[in-house]
Amino acid sequence: MRELVRRYGVTLSGIILALVGFWLLALVVLPNLSLLNVSFRPYLPVDQLGGPDDHYTLRNYVTFVSGDPAYYFLGIPISIHVNIFLLTILYSSVVTLVSLAISYPLAYYLAKVVRASNAPTLFALLLIPLWVSEILRSFAWFIVLAYQGPLNAMLGMVGIGPIRWISGFNGVIIGLVYTYILFMLFPIYNAITSLDSNQIEAARDLGASVVRTHRRVIMPHAKPGIASGCVMVFMLSAGSIIVPTVLASPGSRWFTQIIQQWFFEGQDWNTGSAYAFLLLVLCTVFVSVMMRVMNVRLVDIAK
Amino acid sequence: MNNNNAGRLILQIYMGIFLVFMLAPLIVMGGAAVNDSRFPSVYPWKGLTERWFIDLWNDPRMWTSIRNTIFVAASVVALSVPIGTAGAILLNSLQAKARSFVYGVMVAPILTPGAVIGISTLLFWNMLGRPIGAQDSLPFIAGLHLSVLGQVSFIAAYVMLLVLARLQSFDPGLEEAALDLGASHAQVMRRVLLPHLYPAIGAGALIAFFQSVENFNITLFTRGNSDTLTVYVGSKVRTGITPTINALALCLIVLTVIGAIAYEISRRRAAARERAEAREQAKAEAAELQAAGA
Repeated sequence: MRELVRRYGVTLSGIILALVGFWLLALVVLPNLSLLNVSFRPYLPVDQLGGPDDHYTLRNYVTFVSGDPAYYFLGIPISIHVNIFLLTILYSSVVTLVSLAISYPLAYYLAKVVRASNAPTLFALLLIPLWVSEILRSFAWFIVLAYQGPLNAMLGMVGIGPIRWISGFNGVIIGLVYTYILFMLFPIYNAITSLDSNQIEAARDLGASVVRTHRRVIMPHAKPGIASGCVMVFMLSAGSIIVPTVLASPGSRWFTQIIQQWFFEGQDWNTGSAYAFLLLVLCTVFVSVMMRVMNVRLVDIAK
Repeated sequence: MNNNNAGRLILQIYMGIFLVFMLAPLIVMGGAAVNDSRFPSVYPWKGLTERWFIDLWNDPRMWTSIRNTIFVAASVVALSVPIGTAGAILLNSLQAKARSFVYGVMVAPILTPGAVIGISTLLFWNMLGRPIGAQDSLPFIAGLHLSVLGQVSFIAAYVMLLVLARLQSFDPGLEEAALDLGASHAQVMRRVLLPHLYPAIGAGALIAFFQSVENFNITLFTRGNSDTLTVYVGSKVRTGITPTINALALCLIVLTVIGAIAYEISRRRAAARERAEAREQAKAEAAELQAAGA
């Protein structure tokens, strides 16, 4: 702080601190505290707010676990909403792993194999979908995957199908991978680019197989990129609203859709906040687990 | 060596398949914009039509949502650029321990789902209005102004990261020198530090604009009754799908491609100019050496 004043004087330091203070307090910390606060208060008619019934309660969180059971696990009833929460975690993890598996060879190719003259064109082509909003990207797949759509028509020509693509969580998984895979590809690419190609050469010269070179030399170096990609793809997938809406089938409800339901159909902001807070906790836990498992710092992830 | 070439070939084919996977859906979506079929599809092909573009052009809601989108994006740029830049400058003057804590708070919104940001922004401003009994009137109710504030909370972090990266290559000795030579603090900021940061600030403004235009999740919860382009498309996709959405998508994709090509051309020109300048300089130096030798 003293350093700031010494370098930029009192007035400028004041402006800088005011701007950052507004950002971190009014836009980040206090809104999140409001969310926490509201999630622990009961849903009341307006005239009873601040009345005797307006006290802290766990009711909203109890709603989450105590709804109609979807099934029993070891005799414990699993409510429909808990089930949707677990399925959202499961399928977001699937999307993350699929994106990682698809991206890693591509990132390696872009970073170390491709001719330098071709790279800018490839990047320009890859960036086009990124500038198209995610709603239009999932809408594009809605058309492609339609039962009487172009994909089934093409497969029909070679005698396959027709396949009902948008069933269960299939459509959602395809849409999420398509929409968020570049958030996996680019961080891994950045990480691999910073690896000295001589190290790869050296490993090969010393007789390491391709697999071993990747496992012992390239992957450890790409770890921060992999961690960053996994965190972004998981968070974006679990928090996605539009992809599950466009590509859902009757059997695939996403946790964000339940949050929306509380807010817009139920007008119950309190229970909705509790659910949103659970989503926030989920993403925070995922980030910390990734940092622990991959042994990286927040600075590596946010790069 | 042979093995190596085979590996390269496999990767090339794989990259090609991936590009098809990334681009084909966009082409299909664009194709459906000119197909004379009530349901958006390219199959079966029923002939070329321009009527979906005319429908789109005549939809007043679309024009309102475009105006709103530009208003929100411009406001987001105007707020997040100074905030993000200030954040980076502050971080750069903090000691290691405070630095990593403040950094953590700053990047947290990037790692937070948009729905959570949108809901918490809405709740916070609503609560702020309650003590004065104004929770049902502006600015404490949902509206585009809250969409702006919600978006700024995470977009400012992107600007901060870009500016912070640029600050790594800044020599603080230049500030010292300017101060020693009698410059005021304001002059140091305006003439020394900010000019060094301009490329990052420009890139930050561009990213902020596009992030705002694309945002759906935060806007959905904070917008009130106003439409932005993404919300407009979202409601169309949900209520009645017609190829007018494809017409809009095709317009956006064409704009994107034109932008990408323009960027690529300007980049190549700049690279060529730099090479030419380097050649000129080398020539001049050679001539100078020759003259000195003679």
